[in-house]
Amino acid sequence: MQFKAMILDNAEVSPGYWRMRMTAPSEMLAARPGQFVMVRVNPSLDPLIRRPFGVFDVGMHQPAYTGAAPQPYLEILYRVVGKGTGMLSALHETDLLDILGPLGSGFENGPAGEEKLIVGGGVGLAPLYLLVKELVRDSPVRLFAGGRTKADVLCITEFERLGVECYTATEDGSLGERGFVTKVLEQRLDATGNKGRIFACGPHGMLQAVAGIAAKRHAPCQVSLEGYMACGVGACLGCVCQGVGHSAETPDYRCVCSEGPVFDATELKWEVA
Amino acid sequence: MKPDMSVEIAGLKLRNPVMTASGTFGYGEEFSQYVDLEKIGAFVTKGLSLKPRAGNPTPRIVETPGGMLNAIGLQNVGIDAFIQKKVPFLRSINTPAIANFFGYTPDEYAELAARLDAIPEVAALEVNISCPNVKQGGIVFGTDPGCAASVVKACRAATSKPLIVKLSPNVTDIVEMALACEGAGADALSVINTLTGMAIDLERRRPVLANITGGLSGPAIKPIALRMVWQVSKAVKLPVIGIGGIMSATDALEFILAGATAVQVGTASFVNPGAAQAIAEGMEQWLAEQGIADVRSLIGALEG
Repeated sequence: MQFKAMILDNAEVSPGYWRMRMTAPSEMLAARPGQFVMVRVNPSLDPLIRRPFGVFDVGMHQPAYTGAAPQPYLEILYRVVGKGTGMLSALHETDLLDILGPLGSGFENGPAGEEKLIVGGGVGLAPLYLLVKELVRDSPVRLFAGGRTKADVLCITEFERLGVECYTATEDGSLGERGFVTKVLEQRLDATGNKGRIFACGPHGMLQAVAGIAAKRHAPCQVSLEGYMACGVGACLGCVCQGVGHSAETPDYRCVCSEGPVFDATELKWEVA
Repeated sequence: MKPDMSVEIAGLKLRNPVMTASGTFGYGEEFSQYVDLEKIGAFVTKGLSLKPRAGNPTPRIVETPGGMLNAIGLQNVGIDAFIQKKVPFLRSINTPAIANFFGYTPDEYAELAARLDAIPEVAALEVNISCPNVKQGGIVFGTDPGCAASVVKACRAATSKPLIVKLSPNVTDIVEMALACEGAGADALSVINTLTGMAIDLERRRPVLANITGGLSGPAIKPIALRMVWQVSKAVKLPVIGIGGIMSATDALEFILAGATAVQVGTASFVNPGAAQAIAEGMEQWLAEQGIADVRSLIGALEG
């Protein structure tokens, strides 16, 4: 689906990280956690290519004027990394964006009642909020959020409001445990005898570590990947990742956009640590 | 008055001059949600090879000012899987499908041409002698007039379907290449493929693309493409298909004026998946506004 969205709010939530809410058609409410949208920052030819962003949240908002009916909205959480995201952060309320989505596969929730372990690094928390919103309805959920410094650990208050137990870790020790968040995840798995289902999104190194932990402990694990992509619909083949059976002789490339971005960690080929 | 938008490429009748470029439109089905395939002239498949091809490592694409570099490396399902999995979809639509293909030797090109010739759903063949991102095949045939002619000759002997040759801009004299292909029996020429380029990550002191170099496409290359279409169409009698940075109906019409009989829309489909259809509709609207009855009257109608 392609639609014009009007920005409702665009605010910096932590240095370099922005949260944007925009109008959306009601079909967007059916977006699965883990799906993403392709955003055209402006109608000019530079920047040319759309930027992919995980769906942070969808819902209904009440417009401020009297007598207005509630309207569907879409939210993204993004980090300013270059020209496109820089321009996005300069946009204001009532500015228009061209959106393609929801695209890609979503997370599989798993059985009710089972402990759900959510692992997010930096802006990788973005697609996990909508997931947690769904999971808390029928399962105990624990969030493990990591970053380089406390500025990279985003929206913890929002997660806590959903009734989630949050664990944090930063590489410089400015928030929570000092070190990688995967250490905290392992402590929880030790305590529960490796029970629980893992959902992870973040930098590749973190995902690789989480996939390794899950494999060693036989815990089911899904990861959401990022990729440089031009189209978002499986045509440009720019964003591929290696499937578990990949080798030079037996190529097994998967499109992050159309076959992912969510994959079972065992379906992918990870570099040997 | 509704203008006549139909054109003909070597006996292949198109309802309008707008096609989608190889490698930017998958095998057609990927875009069927965004484009009414029966509103465009034709579409061209991702380049096919005899055996499936893995393609290059990632990163494979990067944006550059007004364009993008890609080094996909001709990843494709191979001719067998194309026949089994992709051809059934082609049967369901009433728009010509053009199969783009490449080989590593003239014999391989000929074998593919013969196999594609036998598929009734394939309306025409586009020979890729111009991919800049693979070391063997592709570009080596596209930069030497003698090699290009030998490939085209081999394909010509293997098919009676319209044979389109896609030329590389990465040559000293594209006219010389065009004449060689015309002499070897090509029915039409696609002008141009991507220009070889490069992007560097200063902080890491490394090339951005895993392949180091990639093919530049998008609006950044349009002036070069226009110039080459103009040069080639003046030099050959064959119909020319203009390609290179077409984002709008205006861009497409400029290519027609420069001498193109039809155009291909590539990178624009990534930016806006409905681009090819929007461009076809925009062209028709412009002709209607101008009171021009037939798009063919604009082919090569550049003045001055």
